[in-house]
Amino acid sequence: MPPRDAREPTSDPFISLRSLSKAFGPKQVLRGLFLDVRRGETLVILGGSGSGKSVLLKHINGLLRPEAGRVIVDGVDITSRSEAELVDVRRRVGILFQGGALFDSMTVGDNVAYGLREHTSLPETEIAERVRVTLGMVDLPGTEPLMPAELSGGMRKRAALARAIILEPAALLYDEPTTGLDPVLAQRIDLLIRRLQARLQLTSVVVTHDLHSAFTVGDRFAFLHDGIIRFVGTRDELQRTTDSMVAEFLKAAA
Amino acid sequence: MTMACAPGTPFLTEGTDGTPRRMLETVGGMTLLSRDVLLHGFRHIEWKLLLQQLEQIGWRSLSIVNLTALFTGMVMALQLGVFLSKFGAKIYISGVIGLAIVRELGPTLSALMIGARAGAGIAAELGSMAVTEQLDALRALGADPLRKLVMPRLLALLIVVPALTVIADALGILGGSFIAVSELRVDPTFYFSTLFRGGWIVFDDVFSGLGKSVFFAFIIGVIACYNGMMTSGGADGVGRATTRTVVTASITILLSDFFLTKLFLFLPDTQSIFRLIRRIG
Repeated sequence: MPPRDAREPTSDPFISLRSLSKAFGPKQVLRGLFLDVRRGETLVILGGSGSGKSVLLKHINGLLRPEAGRVIVDGVDITSRSEAELVDVRRRVGILFQGGALFDSMTVGDNVAYGLREHTSLPETEIAERVRVTLGMVDLPGTEPLMPAELSGGMRKRAALARAIILEPAALLYDEPTTGLDPVLAQRIDLLIRRLQARLQLTSVVVTHDLHSAFTVGDRFAFLHDGIIRFVGTRDELQRTTDSMVAEFLKAAA
Repeated sequence: MTMACAPGTPFLTEGTDGTPRRMLETVGGMTLLSRDVLLHGFRHIEWKLLLQQLEQIGWRSLSIVNLTALFTGMVMALQLGVFLSKFGAKIYISGVIGLAIVRELGPTLSALMIGARAGAGIAAELGSMAVTEQLDALRALGADPLRKLVMPRLLALLIVVPALTVIADALGILGGSFIAVSELRVDPTFYFSTLFRGGWIVFDDVFSGLGKSVFFAFIIGVIACYNGMMTSGGADGVGRATTRTVVTASITILLSDFFLTKLFLFLPDTQSIFRLIRRIG
């Protein structure tokens, strides 16, 4: 079967990137890129370091603005929305940053509760209960009073994951979830992603260069190179691809 | 709420190869930040965060500002003592010290000290948040960096700089009196009575000094927050942002001081404004 063209629109995608371009000064990072993410699937974006995977990810919830092209989330074009108008998109599309990006002036509990305090008027007892349950879901029970500096790298990522899922988003973006972790911890994070996926019915986009992790969590795979999506398809299609660039990456990463 | 120079949208630092262009972008970015602050900033104030910043910026700057003011007053008394004695004008010592401190040295030196201490602190803190993606995380959680980070710091500065300036004014005059009394044998009662009852310092002098300090506070806040939030490039970038903040804030304070002085001298004094109001009323 020939590899599908990323431009070919998918029926009812949750996230749709149309002809996205982004440059930082003279450096063109994305060059008219097309990508659709189906509702409820986990799409893994593979690609080398510095290929613009994180930049791509940050367009989906409006943290970065494209020079050209459109970002459509759940049928709504968010490309030209103001920061204030992006708030409801960001409530529904959570993001897990590479280093966790926990607020280091706050305890783990306050970090996880941040979204609830910002967007709901729940009583503190209810918030504490939700925080407790969510920290349990990421295997970090009882860590509320700790400061982020007291956590290990893997724990920080899990706490950040709890912060991202507490508002029950419809989609979650993962920026290199296993980078910097040892294989055992990386495996735990991958399984956690899978478990949350099944439990919360999330649409997920995972950016990684870790092929092992990609195959554990992903339903479909996209390969980003030189600012465009060179390939998108299932694992079988990925392994049978004739695209030399993708094949080379797979060979080096295996 | 719009954040014109929101972190993570580095359009302001794009193409920063040429220095003139970079400078223009920085000035533009700070202007946009000032606009956001003035248009949206005061609508919703986070009191808890403001209190934290008041403690951080105000309380902890108190000692260096006090020390600076005290010794400035003392050294002025020493210098002026020798000079004024030569002309038998020693009796004017408190007036000269008082006027110089209240109109000029109190606001300017306090702003320079707070600019260095608090400005560096703000730039380093926001800079570390920027490079560890905490600013992005804040936005991703639907919170507004202007409201959560910029405004508490800026408001704290707007309160703290004038308040510490008043204390610095008092301590500077007091420091001068120590030396005037102990070294120059000026009568302490005479020192203070010439100052206030002798008409050396009037309300307008204090007012002009405080007017300046409010302006300086705004400058420090905008420069420090802007540089902090626009930081990129890891620990190295944080260092550069901090240095840039202290240098830019100090220079801007010193340059704008000249023009503000000119402006305040040009403005009619409050006495004649009151007289005018009475005549109209």
